[in-house]
Amino acid sequence: MSLTEDKKALVVGRRADNTRIDFEIVVDMIAPNSKILDVGSDDGSLLELLQAKDGVEGRGIELSQRGVNRCVSRGLSVIQGDADEDLIYYPDDSFDYVVLSQTIQATRNPRKVLEHLLRIGRKAIVSFPNFGHWKVRTDLLFRGTMPVNDYLPYSWYDTPNIHFCTVRDFVNLCGEANATIERAHGLQGDGKPISFSAPWWFWNLFAEQAIFLLSRKQD
Amino acid sequence: MIGPTDGDNQDTSSPPRDDTALREAQHPSSKHVTFGEDMPLMLDAGVALSPFTIAFETYGTLNADCSNAILICHALTGDQYAASISPVTGKPGWWENMIGPGKPIDTDRFFVVCGNVLGGCSGSTGPASINPETGKPFGLDLPVITVPDMVRAQKMLLDHLGIEELFCVIGGSMGGMLAIQWAAEHGDKVKSAIFIATAAHHTSQNIAFYEVGRQAVMADPDWHGGRYYDYDVTPRKGLSVARMAAHVTYMSEQSLQSKFGRNLQDRKVKTFSFDADFQIESYLRHQGMTFVDRFDANSYLYVTRAMDYYDLAADYGGQMAKAFMGTKTRFCLVSFTSDWHFPTSESRKIVHALNAAGASVSFVEIDSDKGHDAFLLDEPEFFDAMRGFIGSAARDFGLSSKDSDDEEEAQ
Repeated sequence: MSLTEDKKALVVGRRADNTRIDFEIVVDMIAPNSKILDVGSDDGSLLELLQAKDGVEGRGIELSQRGVNRCVSRGLSVIQGDADEDLIYYPDDSFDYVVLSQTIQATRNPRKVLEHLLRIGRKAIVSFPNFGHWKVRTDLLFRGTMPVNDYLPYSWYDTPNIHFCTVRDFVNLCGEANATIERAHGLQGDGKPISFSAPWWFWNLFAEQAIFLLSRKQD
Repeated sequence: MIGPTDGDNQDTSSPPRDDTALREAQHPSSKHVTFGEDMPLMLDAGVALSPFTIAFETYGTLNADCSNAILICHALTGDQYAASISPVTGKPGWWENMIGPGKPIDTDRFFVVCGNVLGGCSGSTGPASINPETGKPFGLDLPVITVPDMVRAQKMLLDHLGIEELFCVIGGSMGGMLAIQWAAEHGDKVKSAIFIATAAHHTSQNIAFYEVGRQAVMADPDWHGGRYYDYDVTPRKGLSVARMAAHVTYMSEQSLQSKFGRNLQDRKVKTFSFDADFQIESYLRHQGMTFVDRFDANSYLYVTRAMDYYDLAADYGGQMAKAFMGTKTRFCLVSFTSDWHFPTSESRKIVHALNAAGASVSFVEIDSDKGHDAFLLDEPEFFDAMRGFIGSAARDFGLSSKDSDDEEEAQ
């Protein structure tokens, strides 16, 4: 889940002062006084930002021991665990929001994980690197190799990202998992947001990163 | 022809027992409180214990609104001397590295209480204590003590000290079981809880190892059915074998291999005898022999039994989560990768139960090759986690930190 364990990935939307535009978008999506579960807490930066918001009570799960230790020594309620294995232990509706930041592509079973997010939380926030970005496409098209760049620094054989998807793939998955897309944000490499009015194909081509706010489809 | 011998272990006669440990069991030099006939303790065994004594140590100062108390629960062979010199061994406290001014359990900020458990042998009522009805040590006349009994006695101690609410209860190993029981039974009185290298019940394997130890004690001819006090002896051989067997479970294979391997002890070649040729043999014998000088054999039977009997989930219809439903306590669990005595999987069971109960829980598994004993040793990541959790719990519950006081003064 900590995708920055050995190779340093450049983070889309990270400013020079290390603040992150994608985190701010997530924080902005969350109502005050809510209870949040952050799946894949990494070093706790996002959870700390979330908890700074009025009345927000945050919990987290993180796979890497280094990440968990960082979180716990920061005083965050984070447990060492695995999105694929441990979400089953959370009761239905136990959180207002479940956040999955930059993690879904590293899970073994993204669909199951997404279904758990929507079961445990009334809303889910999912952000992921978009594999449909034009740079990724041109890499494959012209170089004939799996894309390796500043944002995706891993080789095909050592990447923790075993289930990359594109914006369009994710939109399709939401349909299959009975999730309603309430809001969506795209970030370009320089952190510029993509306009709401843009069509999905445009997003899929130019968003380096996507952030979705989902809720359960009401039957 | 002379057969092989064990020349490193000639000690087959029973020397008179060293009285320091027995004297401390019966007349502790630490603080202690005796609850009289008017305050009996109802035991799970179905009888009342009265009068009884709890021996304890305190560190730091209780603040005006009594909100900064931390209860430390010691492990099987621990005592109340968590951060002070043991009068029996003369050695520093068993958690000296954790408790003190500026340490993770900071005695400049917190009032730390550590009591010897009921059934122990460091001054709290246990089998070596004098039975007022006979004027002789209880021996096996003491009813079997359980972990909840120990917690009830601790509760009476805290009431006696004027502490209604604990900022934190902290325990490792058996102490972890007591801390779990505290959080389950007195959740409204416990703001935060730290369970270290522990489990909510003994596995079959845990029970098996301790049964080997108990049988070793009882098989020693010097045990005399638990009445060895009357004979001025102590079952040294049996208790040291018990300690040796248990001690192996506290160390990891990696640590045994790297510390001792197959190295020989002070010799170049094997002696073709049953001497302690290998370093590990010599080390275990030393561990066993030093243990019997400080611990009462019957106490070992009682306290290991209490651990065997403990099963939190069983008290809640088999569902541990029910023990913590609606709890407001903040929890932190710590396990160690190479601990096979109380492995990470046991901590994880507790974490899952706490998740299901909607509790606030932190859980960290520390990478260590030191086995179960790691919780008593210097593990920087463990210390960071303790500092982080205690600090943030103190902020949450409005306990001012020294740092913020200093900052305010600076402004």
